[in-house]
Amino acid sequence: MTTRPFEPKILGFLCRWCAYTGADLAGISRTKYPPNLTAIRVMCSGRVDPTFVVKAFADGADGVLIAGCHPGDCHYQNGNHKTMRRVALLTRLLAQYGIGRERLRLEWVSAAEGDRFARIVQEFTAQLRQLGPLAWQQFVAAEN
Amino acid sequence: MEPHGNGAGTAQSTKAAKTKVAFYWCASCGGCEEAVVDLAEAILPVLDKVEIVLWPVALDYKLEDVRAWRRGEVAVAFVNGSVRSSEQEMWVELLREKCGLVVAFGACAHLGGIPGLANATTRDEILANKYQRSPTVDNPRGVLPQRDTRVDGAELELPELWHSVRPLDQVIDVDYYLPGCAPPPELIGKALLAILAGQLPQKGAVLTTDKSLCETCPRNPTKPAELRVERFRRIATEAPDPTHCFLADGFVCLGPATRGGCGERCIRGNMPCRGCFGPPPGAIDQGTKFLASLGALTAGETEAEAAAVAATMADPLGTLYRFSLPASLLRARRVAKEVHR
Ligand code: SF4
Ligand code: SF4
Ligand code: FES
Repeated sequence: MTTRPFEPKILGFLCRWCAYTGADLAGISRTKYPPNLTAIRVMCSGRVDPTFVVKAFADGADGVLIAGCHPGDCHYQNGNHKTMRRVALLTRLLAQYGIGRERLRLEWVSAAEGDRFARIVQEFTAQLRQLGPLAWQQFVAAEN
Repeated sequence: MEPHGNGAGTAQSTKAAKTKVAFYWCASCGGCEEAVVDLAEAILPVLDKVEIVLWPVALDYKLEDVRAWRRGEVAVAFVNGSVRSSEQEMWVELLREKCGLVVAFGACAHLGGIPGLANATTRDEILANKYQRSPTVDNPRGVLPQRDTRVDGAELELPELWHSVRPLDQVIDVDYYLPGCAPPPELIGKALLAILAGQLPQKGAVLTTDKSLCETCPRNPTKPAELRVERFRRIATEAPDPTHCFLADGFVCLGPATRGGCGERCIRGNMPCRGCFGPPPGAIDQGTKFLASLGALTAGETEAEAAAVAATMADPLGTLYRFSLPASLLRARRVAKEVHR
């Protein structure tokens, strides 16, 4: 039996104004990137409650990407600054649970940066393939 | 209240008219038992309507007595403590089978509580520390507790220690939750009265207010809508101003991520809220609920600045989930190769 290489599941929260539009541009330009990322469009990266991230890991994601407008470009002024403050502590918290910071990525992608978006997904996917599955349910929840 | 079997003296109150109540404890400190003792005045009105049929801390009862109960004979079991062993599981399953209602009593049964912080490490680590590494331990053969042991030809069995700590509702079906470390007497009294009167809220209710602690906190007027905390401060090393909102001064106070109803007892003692009442309605995870508020709480205009502020909070896991780690979305630390760097 041949074992297939591990394909990580990545959940991406993309802000409607910049990152999602950037992802759209990557698609329209037919830029190739791995299909591992499932995108969820949010109004602003500031809408990404840390609960969403933790729930994604608990429910089987191997990695989570939060992508918003570059600092200074947020359409709600400072939503992305709020996100970076939350993520700063969230990464420390996740590390204590045993989830390394390589599994949560915060990126700024403008509407014109389709290529950059594709590159981020390529890199992140490759990194998670190396790390292997998180398999939270298997490691933690299944134990008594 | 009077113990089972001593009711004959009170002529009028026939045994049949009394509501039977059970108390049980799992992994707990005894503080919840103390809270029951402290009930005194809060339950005076119902004292002669209740009969305690099980209370291991105060009365001698055997497993066999409980096994002999008829199903539903006991109206309610108040179970405190979190669950971590096969013996505790056996007891709570038995109580679930025999009692009409099961109330998770106190933070440990509700959320895992302080014993739940053990989920920040592993069973193997705990056993090795306790029985092998600790400097005061004399255990040359490095023996660890086993479930099955043979001594002089006899098979002995100990309860099995689980890999992680669980709140009661991860083990059995729970009807209500009495929050708090320990639950305040007023809330216990109210719950008991409601049960006796048959005026029960919806199943699954946490028997306190639905407001967050901040909403009723006397220091709330000094809490600005937006804060710019540059450094988290610790109660162990700095004295908080007794009139200011703790968060406004950089002391971690879980008020925004905690259900109210405790009477703000810590705040009034100049201690920030540690979150023993658990997350407010609608929040499924107390720690991330607090983290969500961080955006409008801390300073930092660049990622490096934000990281510098975040680095000043000591032990985020233990601070944000002091009472709720086993009930959090992730429940426990994951052990895998990547952690052992
Ligand atoms: S954060 Fe704490 S001190 Fe401030 S208003 Fe809320 S409960 Fe009160
Ligand atoms: S202030 Fe917080 S920690 Fe103290 S009793 Fe109330 S809910 Fe519990
Ligand atoms: S709108 Fe894009 S980060 Fe706020």
